[in-house]
This record gives sequence, C-alpha cells and structure tokens, in this order.
Amino acid sequence: MSRFVDVHTRVLVQGLGKVGQFHTDKAIAYGTNMVGAVHPGRGGSHHRFEGDSDPSGVPGRPGRYAVDLPVFDTVREAVAATGANASVVYVPPAGAADAIMEAADAGIPLVVCITEGIPVQDMVRAKRYLAGRATRLIGPNCPGVITPQQCKIGIMPGYIHRPGRVGVVSRSGTLTYEAVKQLSDVGLGQTTAVGIGGDPVNGTNFVDVLAEFEADPATEAVILIGEIGGTAEEDAAAWIAAHMSKPVAAFIAGSTAPPGKRMGHAGAIISGGQGTAAEKIGALEAAGVVIAPTPTDMASAVQEAMRRAGVL
Amino acid sequence: MKIHEYQAKALLAARGIAVPQGRVATSAAEAVEAVRPLIEATGMPVVVVKSQIHAGGRGKGRFLEHPDLGGVQVVADARSGDPEPDVDAAEARVRALAERMLGSTLVTVQTGPEGKVVQRLYVEQGVDIARELYVSVVLDRSVGRNVVMASTEGGTEIEEVAAATPERIVREVVDPAVGLAPFQARRLAFALGLQGDAFARGVAFFTALERAFVELDADLVEVNPLVVTRGGDVVALDAKVGIDQNALFRHPDVVALRDPNEEEPAEAEAAGYGLSFIKLDGTIGCLVNGAGLAMATMDVIQHVGGMPANFLDVGGGASTENVTRAFKIITRDPNVKGIFVNIFGGIMRCDTIANGVVAAVRDVGLRVPLVVRLEGTNVELGREIIDGAGIPGLVAAADMKDGARKIVELTR
Repeated sequence: MSRFVDVHTRVLVQGLGKVGQFHTDKAIAYGTNMVGAVHPGRGGSHHRFEGDSDPSGVPGRPGRYAVDLPVFDTVREAVAATGANASVVYVPPAGAADAIMEAADAGIPLVVCITEGIPVQDMVRAKRYLAGRATRLIGPNCPGVITPQQCKIGIMPGYIHRPGRVGVVSRSGTLTYEAVKQLSDVGLGQTTAVGIGGDPVNGTNFVDVLAEFEADPATEAVILIGEIGGTAEEDAAAWIAAHMSKPVAAFIAGSTAPPGKRMGHAGAIISGGQGTAAEKIGALEAAGVVIAPTPTDMASAVQEAMRRAGVL
Repeated sequence: MKIHEYQAKALLAARGIAVPQGRVATSAAEAVEAVRPLIEATGMPVVVVKSQIHAGGRGKGRFLEHPDLGGVQVVADARSGDPEPDVDAAEARVRALAERMLGSTLVTVQTGPEGKVVQRLYVEQGVDIARELYVSVVLDRSVGRNVVMASTEGGTEIEEVAAATPERIVREVVDPAVGLAPFQARRLAFALGLQGDAFARGVAFFTALERAFVELDADLVEVNPLVVTRGGDVVALDAKVGIDQNALFRHPDVVALRDPNEEEPAEAEAAGYGLSFIKLDGTIGCLVNGAGLAMATMDVIQHVGGMPANFLDVGGGASTENVTRAFKIITRDPNVKGIFVNIFGGIMRCDTIANGVVAAVRDVGLRVPLVVRLEGTNVELGREIIDGAGIPGLVAAADMKDGARKIVELTR
C-alpha cells in the first residue's frame, strides 16, 4: 500500500493557467487519474490534453493519451460531477489561499498547493479554516506528492522516481529531486515522496508525514530534508525519538546561511539566533538520525541508517 | 521588506496607535525647522534626534567619523526648569548634531563593522517616561497563528529577556477568526501592571497593534520600548515594522516607502527580475534553481573548502533572459573567481538554463572558470546546448559535490 496518493486517487486541478496546463499534461502523461479542472469563468468547457505517455509512469497504458478534461466554475460542482478525492492548486498567489479553502469546503480530503508566494496572513486564515475539517493540505510552495508508478501530483520530474522502500519528506523541491534520484540510482527507490513546502505556515508538517511512514508497512526507512528557520526539524526529532521504529536519515540545508536573511524560501530565515542548521542537526542526531554531510550523500546516509537498523 | 522607524510610526499612527510627534529631516536645516513646532505643540522642552537606518541598536551605536557620538541624541533645553523653554538654544544644538550625524556612518551591533550611512534623521518630541515596557506581534510558526508578546523589560532585546528571564514574557496567541480578544488584551495589560488610565490605553494599544499587524501584512511589529508616561499615556517610543514580501502586491503605499540607499544594489536589481539573490563574502558565484538546493550548494562549496560569493535562486519559472541577467549579476562581482551553475530541473527545464548561460557568456564573455552541473527535466537537451556552444573554460560536473570540488580546485 502507499500513503497519501495511489492508483485510486482522483485528482482535480485548480487553476488551469499556463503552469497548471503544463503540469496537468505531465501528470496525465505519467498516468495520474486527472478527472477535472476548476477555473472560474471557464465552466462547461473541456480542455484537451494529448501526447506520448511517460514510460516511467503508471505501467500498462497505451503509448499515447488524449483526454478532454471537463472544466468547472466551482470545486463543489467538480466534485459532484467527477467524484474527485484530491486536488492540486496552481492558482496564482493572490487567490491561492481562497482556492485551498474552496477545496476544503467541497470536502476534498487531500489538497496539494504548489503555488509559491502566498501572503503569510492568507495562510494563517486558511489554516484556521482547515482546522476541524477533514481536509489534509500539503504545501503550499511545494513540489507535491508522488507514489511512483501510481500517482504524481505536482511539478516533480516523474522519470527520476522508482517504486521502492524509502519514504521521502522535504521542505525543498529541488533537494527532494536530489534525494529521489540518488535513492533510485542505488536501487532503494521510494514508497512516497512528499514535499511539505518552504513557507512559514503550511498544512502538513514533518511529524504528520513521519507518522504516515511509520504506519505504512511498505516504507522501511525515511529520508527527511530540512532547512534553516522555524522548529519543524526539532519537532520531528522529538517525535522520532518517542515514536519512530524505522531508520531515518536527514539532510539540513543552510549551514552556511547568514542570520537575518531570507534564503529564497519565505520560511528559511534564522531570526533571533533561532532556527540554525546546527541546532537542527544536533536535535536529529540526538534522536538517532543519520545526518548526510552534503546533499550528494543523502542515499548513502539512508543506507547507513538501514544498515544500523539491520534492514539492509 | 524593511522600512524606517519614522515610516513605521506613520503607518501605526494611521491605525490608531499612539506615537510621539516627529518630523523627518534629510538636511540640518530641515532638522532645525522641526524643533520649534514640536516644542510648541507638546510643551516639552526636549527633542530627540534619531538616525534612520534599517538596523537596530542605534542608541548604543557609534559613528565611524565621530566615535563619541551615538546614533540617538536627546536634546534637552539647558534651562528646562524655566517656564518658557529656550527654543533658540535647542535649535542650535540640533543643528550641530544634525551636521555631524547626516552623511556619517553609524556602526551598530546589527550593521556589521562597515556600518550604514545616515541620510535621514527623525526629530521627535521628548517623552516624560514613567515606565519602559515591550510589546510585539509576530507569527508563531509552530501553530501558524499570530502571537502578541509583551514584557516588563522594555529597552532590552527580547531575545536576551527570553534567554535570561523567560517568565517575564507573556504571550497571547491570536485566533485569526477573532483577532486579539478583549480578555487577551486585558491579560496583557494586567501582566504588565498597567493601572488606571494606562490600563485602558494599554488595552486599546494592544488591540490596535494586532489589527495593524494583520492589516499591513506585517511579518514583525515591535514596540521597544513601549512607554507609559507620567500622565498615564501609553506611547510607542520606538517602532520596528517589517512587511511580508509576498503581500506587497496589495500594499502599494508600503512599496512607495522603499529606501534604495538601504539596499544592496545587486540584491535590489535581482529582486526586480524576480530572482532571489543574497550577496556573501566568498569567491565562488552560484547560480542554482530552488531555494533549498541554492542553500545546499553554498553548504557543499564550504564543505569542500571554498566560500560562496552569493546565494542565488533563479526560481521555478525563470526565463532564458532572467538566467542571463542572473549570470551577469554574478560576473559583475569583482570577488568572484569562479562560477558554479547547479541545476536540478523540475519546472525549470535544463534547456532554459543552458540557453541563458550560453547567451550570457556570449554577451559578457567569461573571465573566470565555469562549472556546470545539469540534472532533471530536459537534461539531454540542456547538455547538448552547452556542449554545442563550445565555451572555453567550461567544465561539466557529474553531481553537485563533484561540481563543488571542481570549481574550488579551479579557483585555487
């Protein structure tokens, strides 16, 4: 089995602009079950996607695809018509938090928000709106979530993934790809790779994903990729020490980042001496996590953690 | 986005928060002009001349050119015991101070040893201080909500209070659907020991401050010190406001407050192109996609014995033109002895990066070694473009550690 997404996931895309169209096409090529689009004002139309199937995606499909994706004005209509149980948000920053709330209002259990640059206070309100609702938000400002050869939601290049044994969770998109490719190259592969995003306020955090991986029988080990800013890695370390039976490796970006500067991601800032890489690495090491000294060493750190745990 | 103290106070005052009266001055003459109206309007024979730079610690900071002079100067009338303040004397002293402060370089704990040139002064009324307190609003990332923090230890950095006497900091986490509730504002006022008129004014102050934080899309509103006057007024003696970059699109009035003098020119130029660039002290220029990868690239350069000259994330949606601009910004830095392009294409396609790099090299030439590592979407196409361009001095790398090693060796 897999966590978050699998062959049964039926995905809506919210925001069929240039970026939304590009990645919806890649998702369909991968074999993701895209069932509809929401773009206010374009309801009632269809958007055609066609091309060559991605050979690294869901197996057993024809070499080419041609899909007329139905477009709806509202998420509620789209869910009623398609039975979607997940959505991916490509809506631009000014409207993205609203799109998340609309998906939650329509009862969609999984919302993945790719959009970067959402105002923090919009996310404070959206997170409050999600409280007490049955919707899990992944992101925003994240690459998405993928279970290799089952379902790809987001902007990650599909071909670097291989079905396998390791769960991947990360605050950074490109570092997720680094880890995934290394795990594929050494033959370990991935169960599921989740980008939780680089913003200061997000939906799903490290601990949520670690708990899913701990409960997933297919996941044998986990790589956690963190960065400076906030205390999400320290919280993860505490949870690992108390609850995690599976081996965990980690890489933390930003050892050389100067304090007080926002390192690209809105959430990646050392403020008031808090949120340094050294603190995070110290907390994770104390929880028994194997630290990769450089991002090139992520797969070997996973192998080391698995050897120590006797599962490799 | 950072703004000056006087700008922060104007934004807060417009939202019902009590601040002292003051006037901004860019010349000694303007500073002098501010004195008489302030003294006459307030009846206080004291004015304060405050350096306006985007850094804290101004009061304890000293000017490079005038080591005896601090960044904040209190000008008390020499005959302040008299019923009629001597405005002429105060004006003369403000003129002398302003002439020394303007154009001089203020070094504080936050500026670094190079300091910052003072180009604006804020001339403010004196305040009759009874108590100095602290209040701020920030995002509490662990819960995804705003939190109002207050302390009796006004005038001290909150990080120091948190380390030494954490019990003296009170926190009220705000439900965004409600705002700071009246009972929470009262709890803060009780915790600070406010009484009588000051209690009611404190409650109003905290409520307005939290509202202003949300309305302005701030990422920090800090009032330190928050002053209780002998008359029971509650006033923001200092104010620091930072605004969420992501929300600037809906605050054109705040964007207009930008002070180009406070910005690193290369960083400002990069931001104009949608690039995330931070200048650093090393010698190896980095062009990377993705913030995490860009940080990790700096880390790995240092790990193999080099020092990065910059952080640069070209972002997910950068065009060929923007990659070219990014490359030019890097090559313009005279400290740069080599360049490491490290790309893992997701949204960003490797051919886009390759075209941008090739265009930049053709345009400005290449005077330093260049190591390129490409991986991800359209990687074969990207490598073909790079190889086909036949750029002398360009070295391909297999992975990022290999690339970092190569560029560090080439720049030795």
